[in-house]
Amino acid sequence: MQPLVFDPEICLACESVDCIMRCQYIDLDQARAKQEHDRIVRGEMSSILKDCVTCYACEEYCPSGNHPFYHIVEQQERLGVHPVPRPIEKSQVIMMAPRGRIGKKLVSPPVIDMCFFDIMKGGIRGRLFDGATTIGGSDVFCNLMFLHFARNSTIRERLPLVMDNIMRFHLEPSGVRELICYHDECYGTYTSWAPAFGIEVPFRPVHLFDYLYHRLLELKADIKPLNAKVAYQRPCSNRLCPETDHFVDDIFGLIGAQRPKRTYEYGNALCCGGVPEAAQRFDLVEEIRGKNVADMKEAGVQYCVFNCPFCFWTLAEPVAKAGIFPVMMSDLCLMALGE
Amino acid sequence: MERTEIIVQLKAIVGDAYVSDAPEDLFIYSRDQGVQEPHLPDGVVMPGSASEVVSIIRFAGRENIPVVPMGGGLVLSGLTVPLKGGLVLDMKRMNRILEVNESSHYAVVEAGTSQGMLDAYLRKHHPQLKHSLPDAPPAATIAGNIAIHGSGHLSQSEGGFHSEMVTGLEVVLPTGELVKLGSCSTVPAWFSRAPLPDLAGLFLGWNGTTGVITKVGIKLFPRPKYHDVLVYMTEDIDLAPMVLGRVIGTSMAEDINYALAPKPDYLRGFQMTVVNFTANTEEELAFKRKTLRSVMKDLYETRDSGFMPVPPNMKAGFLEAPQKALSKFADVRKGGGFEYVGAIMPIERIPDACRAGMEITARHGITYSLGARIIGRGNAAMFFFAYPFNRVDMDEVERVKKALEETNETALALGGIPWKTEVQGQQAILRQMEPGTYALMKRIRAVLDPAGIMNPGNWEVA
Ligand SMILES: Cc1cc2nc3c(=O)[nH]c(=O)nc-3n(C[C@H](O)[C@H](O)[C@H](O)COP(=O)(O)OP(=O)(O)OC[C@H]3O[C@@H](n4cnc5c(N)ncnc54)[C@H](O)[C@@H]3O)c2cc1C
Ligand code: SF4
Ligand code: SF4
Repeated sequence: MQPLVFDPEICLACESVDCIMRCQYIDLDQARAKQEHDRIVRGEMSSILKDCVTCYACEEYCPSGNHPFYHIVEQQERLGVHPVPRPIEKSQVIMMAPRGRIGKKLVSPPVIDMCFFDIMKGGIRGRLFDGATTIGGSDVFCNLMFLHFARNSTIRERLPLVMDNIMRFHLEPSGVRELICYHDECYGTYTSWAPAFGIEVPFRPVHLFDYLYHRLLELKADIKPLNAKVAYQRPCSNRLCPETDHFVDDIFGLIGAQRPKRTYEYGNALCCGGVPEAAQRFDLVEEIRGKNVADMKEAGVQYCVFNCPFCFWTLAEPVAKAGIFPVMMSDLCLMALGE
Repeated sequence: MERTEIIVQLKAIVGDAYVSDAPEDLFIYSRDQGVQEPHLPDGVVMPGSASEVVSIIRFAGRENIPVVPMGGGLVLSGLTVPLKGGLVLDMKRMNRILEVNESSHYAVVEAGTSQGMLDAYLRKHHPQLKHSLPDAPPAATIAGNIAIHGSGHLSQSEGGFHSEMVTGLEVVLPTGELVKLGSCSTVPAWFSRAPLPDLAGLFLGWNGTTGVITKVGIKLFPRPKYHDVLVYMTEDIDLAPMVLGRVIGTSMAEDINYALAPKPDYLRGFQMTVVNFTANTEEELAFKRKTLRSVMKDLYETRDSGFMPVPPNMKAGFLEAPQKALSKFADVRKGGGFEYVGAIMPIERIPDACRAGMEITARHGITYSLGARIIGRGNAAMFFFAYPFNRVDMDEVERVKKALEETNETALALGGIPWKTEVQGQQAILRQMEPGTYALMKRIRAVLDPAGIMNPGNWEVA
């Protein structure tokens, strides 16, 4: 198995320690940040390994692309740091395991990979997804969520099988090479995590927003601008593919959604709180959810748009209680098409 | 008296439509969903009023015909199976809700009123009030449940047992007198059993062997607007008393349940403590949530246990009353067979009960769901050893039967007492009971039921 592509020398020479200095959850001055991060680099225990809420953001913050977060996860696992209590971790490992219940199913483009969330495939409808086929479930699940559980090993172990399943049972027999990732987790896995661990991806992943944007362009004549203010809850895994973030603004532009300026968006986006809740960081959850929703309210938005089903599950209720309508991105686009 | 004559006499009391000795009806009333042997009744009769019950009981007494009162027939342990034949007295027609006192928080219902009916009625007409619902299917009756010391989703209220929530009873004695017990015996209100000598106990826990309950006064509780659930996950059954003790110590839960099962596979080997709590405001709810979490802090910081994130669909299930999980599990083997030993036991015996349940089921090759509902403020637990089976698989039925018998013995050995147990379990209890206590039970029954017509075979030594 390939080791993580990580160069300790780059970190040891790094003065800015952006990965930690920009972290919204770890509050260290520059000197301490350097000291603690160097500890991780040397393979020693560090407060960062315990305090990290696994928000993935430092993957985006590091100007050198040196994979600080994947490295944190490696070290957490090596040193036995469990961000989430063991019974919950173990049970998730079993729950999300490939079940071997996959069979050959021919697909035709566009092929939407629903990740584990096959139950969300009801959202793949209307003209936006004309002719689309979906795949989903445990046998094609990327398993990237185990980054939250300090378990790179689980992803390493399962990903080759998962990709093989996708190819062997779906893409190859159908002669398809492109897979539209419904969830940022899958896209991040195939475009960031897998290359970082030297794992080759046998198909071309496409981000859902990329697909939506181009499809909306085709349907431009039918779009009725929403004329609504919308907040975007950026998911943790989008930090692995920041190059796709511009599609949010691009899509908003097409569907007539305004994105009022907020404190907690783009690089400053806050976690939905779901993972810190599993990590038993309850005060933090309250704080970030409170700040996040208050920020949306202050911006006067009518909608909060999600792409991650997990963020939706955890944040939809507080958002709705604040009088803001929670909606998935694909549904927001459908609304603009009058569907 | 010939059966045909019995039927004629009964029809004269309740009307033609409400008596049957048709073979298909007798078949249905001869059995329940558990493993107990079926016994055919001679007839089934459905009274519509207390006076009809009086007439039926007087008639049965004169003719020495056994009478088995039945509510929903959902007890699972054969307590409504007519062991000695005779009549099944199906109370379902007596289902009127007679009074709801909003100020004094009680309802008066006829005995055959189902849990579902009272719940629906309160939701519609008195939405600020609720009663404690067992997790049994909603067709279970109020009287059938209190008659066996049931418990439910307000397990942390009062003494926790539904029999302790009874404010008064109207009962037809086995000799045919109609009596009222509790405040309603003296004044026209059903507010409590105190301060009078507590005669209601003569009909609670007796499995219908001392008389027929015709009316029940039952306590009602506020139905706060906000409701939430926390699920604490452990991987060490020996932690149970500590975890449960801490939750109980907050006095903030409405219901506390503990559960473990081999399925689904991702929960095998783990235990869940499910804590339901309610509040009148969001702030109060948040405060309770925070307090309940804070008492576990040192435990979850070890990372050996912790609060499980509960996704919305799962949460919706936990917030339901009655809980559907056990009903769904009941049919996991298909074929409609399900029985459980519920044992009332001290909290500290829960770990041993879990171990025993797993050992017994492994030995008999059957599946299980084990768990406990904490009763009252932690005075006891109703520990359930639930075994589903496929009725057509006779080998499995036999194995479950043996497992249930052993479980009853084990529950007793652990210092618990099998609850609503089948005849063999009752006999095991009586063997262990102080002889003086059993002698008193016998004397009471002899006084109340000299002809021995009420649910004979129950609470009797072999
Ligand atoms: C899936 C499932 C979950 C369950 N969960 C719970 C639970 O959470 N809590 C709980 O307490 N129980 C539970 N039970 C057990 C049982 O179903 C309930 O206790 C139920 O309330 C019994 O009521 P019933 O009307 O069905 O009683 P029946 O089965 O009809 O009768 C029970 C006993 O009471 C006697 N009886 C009935 N009516 C009268 C009367 N009017 N006068 C005198 N005696 C009478 C009967 O002779 C019998 O001995 C569960 C059962 C199932 C199948
Ligand atoms: S991970 Fe990047 S930002 Fe962090 S210390 Fe290393 S080089 Fe600097
Ligand atoms: S993953 Fe998030 S919380 Fe952890 S160190 Fe990186 S930025 Fe901070």
